[in-house]
Amino acid sequence: MTGLRVAHLYPEHLNIYADRGNIAVLEHRCRWRDIPFQVVGVGIGEVLPEADLYYIGGGQDRDQALVAGDIARHAAPLAAQVASGSAVLAVCGGYQLLGHYYRGHQGDEMRGIGLVDLVTEAGTSRMIGNIVLDCSLDGGAPRRLVGFENHAGRTILGEGVKPLGRVVSGNGNNGRDGGEGVHAGSVIGTYVHGPLLPKNPWLADWLIARAGGAAEPLPPLDDRLENEAQRVAARIAAR
Amino acid sequence: MFQAKVGMARAVASLSRASGRGGGTTLPGRLLLALEPDAIGRLATGLRRGSAVISATNGKTTTAKMAASILSPPLHLTRNAAGANLASGIASALVRDHDADLGVFEVDEAALEGVAGGLRPGVVVLGNLFRDQLDRYGELELIAARWRTTCDRLPGSTALLSNADDPLVASIGRELPAHTWFGLDDPSVALPEMQHASDSKWCVRCGARYAYRSVYLGHLGDWACPSCGDARPALDVAARDIEPEGLDAIRFRLCTPVGEAPVRLPLPGLYNVYNALAAATLALQVGAGLDQVRDGLERFSAAFGRFERVALGDVEAVLLLVKNPAGANEVIRTLAADGRPKALLVALNDRIADGRDVSWIWDVDFELLAAQAGTVVCTGTRAAEMAMRLKYADVPEARIDVQPDMAAAVERASAAATGEAYLLATYTAMLELRGLLEQRGLVQPYWQEAA
Repeated sequence: MTGLRVAHLYPEHLNIYADRGNIAVLEHRCRWRDIPFQVVGVGIGEVLPEADLYYIGGGQDRDQALVAGDIARHAAPLAAQVASGSAVLAVCGGYQLLGHYYRGHQGDEMRGIGLVDLVTEAGTSRMIGNIVLDCSLDGGAPRRLVGFENHAGRTILGEGVKPLGRVVSGNGNNGRDGGEGVHAGSVIGTYVHGPLLPKNPWLADWLIARAGGAAEPLPPLDDRLENEAQRVAARIAAR
Repeated sequence: MFQAKVGMARAVASLSRASGRGGGTTLPGRLLLALEPDAIGRLATGLRRGSAVISATNGKTTTAKMAASILSPPLHLTRNAAGANLASGIASALVRDHDADLGVFEVDEAALEGVAGGLRPGVVVLGNLFRDQLDRYGELELIAARWRTTCDRLPGSTALLSNADDPLVASIGRELPAHTWFGLDDPSVALPEMQHASDSKWCVRCGARYAYRSVYLGHLGDWACPSCGDARPALDVAARDIEPEGLDAIRFRLCTPVGEAPVRLPLPGLYNVYNALAAATLALQVGAGLDQVRDGLERFSAAFGRFERVALGDVEAVLLLVKNPAGANEVIRTLAADGRPKALLVALNDRIADGRDVSWIWDVDFELLAAQAGTVVCTGTRAAEMAMRLKYADVPEARIDVQPDMAAAVERASAAATGEAYLLATYTAMLELRGLLEQRGLVQPYWQEAA
């Protein structure tokens, strides 16, 4: 692997759930393996750079609406980057923006970029709490993913679109169909924050390898603290 | 009939104190409010000079205690216990004592609307709004909107005292005539740049990015909008010539419409200067003199877990409550300022009062302390998660000690320390730590402190 270039979209507007923790994990796990790492922030009105991994976080309603007005420009370039092998990780509000639209309580509609076939509609209550998923991204044995969800949106995936994982405890995309997030090739969207990557180092490494085009498995790291934090979180979620 | 209900609530209070279960700081009020929804308003009519409420994301407890240090004596005050800052806590305080000169209440930011409606306070202090426990409070804008509604409903006679340095707070009740503004005015203590976790960066009126002449803390500072021209209101009460004295104290010149006074506040940190300004403005509003304000601030002793110092064997433990990124960042910036190595204990719980969502620890700049961290003992329900956060803040793993059991953690931290040990804890973790220290007779139960 020659390196990992991350483009962090709208770091000033979409950063509500400690999104920088996800970036810190990617950076450290590359650095510990001597993989060159760089991250650039992309704000409203700025040009979308070429990158191996595009990261979009979550924001307050007002910020998300501001971003929705800008991100439409990136729909085609981002799709082209994904087609040529780049990866995308989108969390919470960023996840909703990957789809076709977010429809609010008053029927007001926020357009997404349509990178993935999904739609989101506001529910009457927020889904808040610890969440645990079983994920099997490449068809292997399921991996556990833990974190916290806090969203009013109910997301429905299009026909044949796969979720990131199956909900073991918590609500997931809509509290009904048992799915959480989306996994489409190298694109991942999810409501799980906490932040997402620190307690799920396997997913961080999956993204690094996938986005960086690693020819062989990444060298393992000492993940005892990460795995213990995950174990505790899963235990608390099961209560 | 009302008196009978109050009598019943009072009996519950004595029972609760006798059984040693938290001293009846919320239960009697909860009971009374269930029987009599307007109990707060009815009891408050007994307060001869009415009441003052203080709301903010950070600093409510310290500000209320500072105001009490200035005002009492000579005034006899009714106050709610630290943290018992919902309607139930205020009703409980009034059940305990509604025959006072003045009520001084800290009020949870989400509870202000309901409390102000019943209490009809003569003075309202609005301190600051930072993101805090999104799973519990929701987004910052929602809290601001509720504060706006609250202020719109206040009678014209109510004095509104607000932090001018917080643009979101300053957007509330801006047009009210009886509005006093406080803030810092000393560019020499400003930050070189805005911190990453800052909230409210965008103009409330027009959405453009604020420009700051000085940023003092988070998004607090001397702000202006280059697009629509909105700017920080002129300061009525200001702190100038600010000089920290290590972790012991901070000096400043208190400038008010009735004169100026040098103050040595026996607590560190710019955030405590904000708390002192809020308390001073409140005290002046209810008739205190400038000398009384200075004396009250100078003899202040720390509130529950706010730079509270406790002897722990040969070590002095410094208790630091951390609840949200803005507050925790100020604690960390204050600790890091002297550059000296420190033994630390960080207690992270994820109970309801702490916020079930612990993601906020990633918005706290533990990186600033990494180079100074001696042994760091991590404890609490999320001990391993805290340890992992420190690992990614580049604290060497060999110095991180994960010890979920809090009693064992305190032992480890005091054994590892020479001189001082700094104990950072979330709300319920701080209660547990205090409980351990109470058993050793080192501190008083927290409910005995406020009154």
